[in-house]
Amino acid sequence: MDKSLTMPTISGQAGSRLEAGPQGKRPRKTLSSRNIIVYGALGLAALYYLVPLYVMVVTSLKGMPEIRLGNIFSPPMEITFEPWVKAWAQACTGLNCDGLSRGFWNSVRITVPSVIVSIAIASVNGYALANWRFKGSEIFFTILIVGAFIPYQVMIYPIVIALREMGLYGTLYGLILVHSIFGMPIQTLLFRNYFVSLPEELFKAARIDGAGFWQIYFRIMLPMSLPIFVVSMILQTTGIWNDFLFGVVFTRPDTYPMTVQLNNIVNSVQGVKEYNVNMAATLLTGAVPLIVYFVSGRLFVRGIAAGAVKG
Amino acid sequence: MAAHTQPGRPNQLFRNLNSKIASIPMMLTAVVIFLGGTIWTVVYSFTNSKLLPRLSFVGLDQYERLWDTPRWIVSIQNLATYGCFSLIFSLTIGFLLAALMDQKIRFENTFRTIFLYPFALSFIVTGLVWQWILNPEFGVQSVIRSLGWTSFTFDPLYNSDIVIYGILIAALWQGTGLVMCLMLAGLRGIDEDIWKAARVDGIPMWKTYLFIIIPMMRPVFVTTLVIIASGIVRIYDLVVAQTSGGPGIASDVPAKYVYDYMFFAQNLGQGFAASTMMLLAVAIIIVPWAYLEFGGRKRG
Repeated sequence: MDKSLTMPTISGQAGSRLEAGPQGKRPRKTLSSRNIIVYGALGLAALYYLVPLYVMVVTSLKGMPEIRLGNIFSPPMEITFEPWVKAWAQACTGLNCDGLSRGFWNSVRITVPSVIVSIAIASVNGYALANWRFKGSEIFFTILIVGAFIPYQVMIYPIVIALREMGLYGTLYGLILVHSIFGMPIQTLLFRNYFVSLPEELFKAARIDGAGFWQIYFRIMLPMSLPIFVVSMILQTTGIWNDFLFGVVFTRPDTYPMTVQLNNIVNSVQGVKEYNVNMAATLLTGAVPLIVYFVSGRLFVRGIAAGAVKG
Repeated sequence: MAAHTQPGRPNQLFRNLNSKIASIPMMLTAVVIFLGGTIWTVVYSFTNSKLLPRLSFVGLDQYERLWDTPRWIVSIQNLATYGCFSLIFSLTIGFLLAALMDQKIRFENTFRTIFLYPFALSFIVTGLVWQWILNPEFGVQSVIRSLGWTSFTFDPLYNSDIVIYGILIAALWQGTGLVMCLMLAGLRGIDEDIWKAARVDGIPMWKTYLFIIIPMMRPVFVTTLVIIASGIVRIYDLVVAQTSGGPGIASDVPAKYVYDYMFFAQNLGQGFAASTMMLLAVAIIIVPWAYLEFGGRKRG
């Protein structure tokens, strides 16, 4: 039967259609060979991406005897939360045996101020670059963006010396400063592009009404830029939480962020390897960015897309 | 604001003063840290600094010694192998996944969430998980052996010949989701009419992708390439977590070489020379790209 003939029947008389049963050609969507290939390939890929998460969860819930016996993919026979408790409160790094909790709180103390400071600076910078350009502002911005591609190793040692001179080396303040500096290029870019995309008439109208630099920023730009603030918060929170290099260079053992402490716990050479505790610790460290990711959803995608596409 | 009320323009420096004050952190970062720090390191790479940076120049000695060090050669080889495969695989897998996602499928959000979540995790977490999965005693190797194939051997992290591929597997797991997302955004940006025209002309789908869509996505590919490539040069955390550079020095990479020489071996000059080489590698990637992307637009 012709498609064009059945269409009105479907929309017109739903009741009689039900009695007569489905009419016309079977829609070829559901199980065509093309769909099998597409969904099969996607499913297979999804499996590859999901297996490590599954293995982490499963391993962290097993006891050590079971791990030595079985394979890493089998679900736990007896679920135990002991590895989680141990990873949080008892795992050892060097001489300290108070678990990952210390690293967690260090990371919180590093991430929260770094995110606030870097976003505050970057939003004002982006606003100045978008609406109050001055001679040379674009040159500084270009240097900043090019600087984002320079390997950190090139700039680390001069910063170590500078922080040592200021007495900040090894402190949390030093690390917060470093995070704010290296978060600047991408954040400034993000805010600049956002403010450029806002209608210019708004800015002009405020100028005619006599508002100045800060007045326009606080009264007009800030209330309008909630979405970009959320996006940049997501980017910065995951980025700073996941940092390892700066943490290991700029802090001391008692101020190590979570990633550094995790690496020290898992890769320590002394003692018996407790794989379940290791995996629980790994999951605990990954939990914060994962929660941010799953809660933020599309905004996370938007953030990395905005960060990736240079404007 | 001064300029606003007085059209006479009294002083160039005070025009737009608030904006300049607000941009001080950016200017300082750009000039002092990014530019100044880089120049500082490059200058000191020509000195024989050991424990402390000293300005006694020795010409290219550090570089000669660097290229005579077997460990550096190994790191460069690793970086080259890892870089080539990482580029090829992440672009191919990323594009294939994006093309599959673009077939008007259901559950697109679910698939996207699954493919992208590793990107939210740190390299340390990635490295430790894959270290566990690739553990020869308990991981993939032992599972397949227990299925009856007793001679099966897959222990990349303990075999210095293939250790870099073990790292590659983990890196692809972490990073391809991002490539997929960028590619998907590129595919979505292509006009639907192109597809219609290709269908009218009876061109098979794979040919449309290969000869029409991919050439049209050139900017997306270039951007992605630059992002992946500058990430490759930086690779550090993943190696530290997964293998600590081992077995021996078999999975060493330049970034780790730099760190070890600066902070453990107390041989700053070597560290500076090695980091300058890293800078050079990035410059080789970035300069042509910046020239192509911005060269035409910016007139000076």
